[in-house]
Amino acid sequence: MSNNILEVKNLKTYFFTGRGVVKAVDDISFSLRKGENLCLVGESGCGKTATALSILRLIDSPPGRIVNGEILYHGEDLLPSSSARLRQIRGNRIAMIFQDPQSSLNPVFTVGDQIAEQIKLHLGLKHKQAMERTLHLMEQVGIPRARDRMKDYPHQFSGGMKQRVMIAATLSCDPEILIADEPTTALDTTIKAQILDIFRDLKQKRNMSILFITHDLGTVAGIADRIVVMYGGRMAEAGTALDIFDHPQHPYTQGLISCLPDISTRRDRLTPIPGMIPSLINPPEGCIFDPRCERRIPICGREKPPEIVISGEHLVACHLYSQAASPEDRIEGSQNAK
Amino acid sequence: MPNDELIKVENLKKYYPVTAGLLARQVAEVKAVDGVSFCIMEGETLGLVGESGCGKSTLGRILLRLEEPTAGKVLYEGNDIMTWDKRQLKEMRKEVQMIFQDPQSSLDPRMTIGDSIGEALLIHGMKNERERLERVEELLKQVGLEPEHAIRYPHEFSGGQKQRIGIARALAVNPKLIVADEPVSALDVSVQAQILNLTLDLQRELRLAYLFIAHDLSVIGHVSDRIAVMYLGKIVELADKMELFNHPLHPYTEALLSAIPIPDPHQKRKRILLQGEVPSPVNPPPGCRFHTRCPRVMKLCPKEEPTLQRLERDHLVSCHLYH
Repeated sequence: MSNNILEVKNLKTYFFTGRGVVKAVDDISFSLRKGENLCLVGESGCGKTATALSILRLIDSPPGRIVNGEILYHGEDLLPSSSARLRQIRGNRIAMIFQDPQSSLNPVFTVGDQIAEQIKLHLGLKHKQAMERTLHLMEQVGIPRARDRMKDYPHQFSGGMKQRVMIAATLSCDPEILIADEPTTALDTTIKAQILDIFRDLKQKRNMSILFITHDLGTVAGIADRIVVMYGGRMAEAGTALDIFDHPQHPYTQGLISCLPDISTRRDRLTPIPGMIPSLINPPEGCIFDPRCERRIPICGREKPPEIVISGEHLVACHLYSQAASPEDRIEGSQNAK
Repeated sequence: MPNDELIKVENLKKYYPVTAGLLARQVAEVKAVDGVSFCIMEGETLGLVGESGCGKSTLGRILLRLEEPTAGKVLYEGNDIMTWDKRQLKEMRKEVQMIFQDPQSSLDPRMTIGDSIGEALLIHGMKNERERLERVEELLKQVGLEPEHAIRYPHEFSGGQKQRIGIARALAVNPKLIVADEPVSALDVSVQAQILNLTLDLQRELRLAYLFIAHDLSVIGHVSDRIAVMYLGKIVELADKMELFNHPLHPYTEALLSAIPIPDPHQKRKRILLQGEVPSPVNPPPGCRFHTRCPRVMKLCPKEEPTLQRLERDHLVSCHLYH
């Protein structure tokens, strides 16, 4: 498909630790289109950050290594690219924002200098022009009194303002793709709403493609076009926002949605997912969600589930929907469900 | 609904000095809590919601006198705990316990969790080791862990399990009130639901009262009977949960409610975006503290400070729009 500007194919990123091989990303595939917001959703340790870092080849090696897969940017595979070529793309064509803006800013330079540095490096502008552009960017992301604040140091900014500075910095080279890893998680409720609004704007006004990574389904509902739900380093389900919220198929996705507290109902028990997130060092054979799944059937413990097309773009990796599951499997499964 | 007042605070204030220079001269004050009053009934959950720095954690700590207030009273079952000595406070702390956000840092890594929980029992007078062991096992079962877990160390548990251990330890001395300071904000959603259910189950079983402190209004809404909204050291609105959600009065509460992300892509709500950020509590704005960000600000607001007043249906609000 021609409007896929980024394609991730069969990505496997493993970490080789003293205690064993951690399969942080285990065969993930998805694509990002022009001007769309794709959300990667999952709980801690599901491999969503490792996936994002793999795209820009920012995985620490050792212990980490991308052992398989392709990252196609406009059809060009980034995995075998030279580091010089990667430097042209990182920050310039594909930019990234992290959860903690504090640690991505250098405390001994003013924020204006830090944003301008990128502009000079990637666009080759002179200092004065770069500073003008910096000012313009800071105004665009809603930093008040931007001309004065350019001369301030990171510690003089609040958390929300720092995140705005980071967004201004990533926009400096007008990237095509923005990867945002939990950009609102560390922020207060009202500030979070402000930052999410900037993301909506970026998509609408600049037609930017955004890969938004978060654990919070509530946040996702407000911004996502399409969603990939990850669990234990694998894809559990993928589809449009409406597919996922209105017709969740995977028991994990269903569990995630039903365990959220809902303010519109009178106090009642939530429906949590039993058990806990598995270790990725010795993941269970077969389906990785099997030990926590309340609709498991015998085949789940033996075989990794295939990706099954439900409709259009709606994919689910679950034996419940597979033809391969034997008739006895299905009967037992439906009994378990009751 | 039970109606015995368990704890009541009156006009509580906590100012922290800001010092500068070699002689640590006091140059300013951080008004972390600035004139707060409320009460908690037996068996009730009061939710306390607010953004970072609004003073909600400080308030929780003052209830156990882990922090000395600058002014104001805390009445526990009608008695002013400010006048109590160490011995009386120790007695009270049997009945008022605390759970923290980060269960990791509240457990000693070199003690088995059985010893950690048992220590609370020992301090509060259960000398017999066999009895203690039995009680620890009973507590572990109560919070959904196995009795065998008693001999393990904290690092062997996941975040959710550690929070269960923290709860077991708080329950060890049969408290009447638990101050829970952001108990689920460090947990994943699927685990968060387990812990929220546990707190509700324990409340029914043991008739516990909670002061539940959190920044997340959807979590607060799930567990609370009544909710107090704090902004810059003051309570701006306090009402029954459904009343607050259905008829929010204060513009800050309205904005907080509209900013709750709802997991439903069909929902098109009017979002109220607040401008700017929370001002510093060192130098709070004059008049109403919220007027710098308020979408419904009036001429009076920067001049005069509103007071918390009771409207119909026991709905308290501190805003000039309603007085």
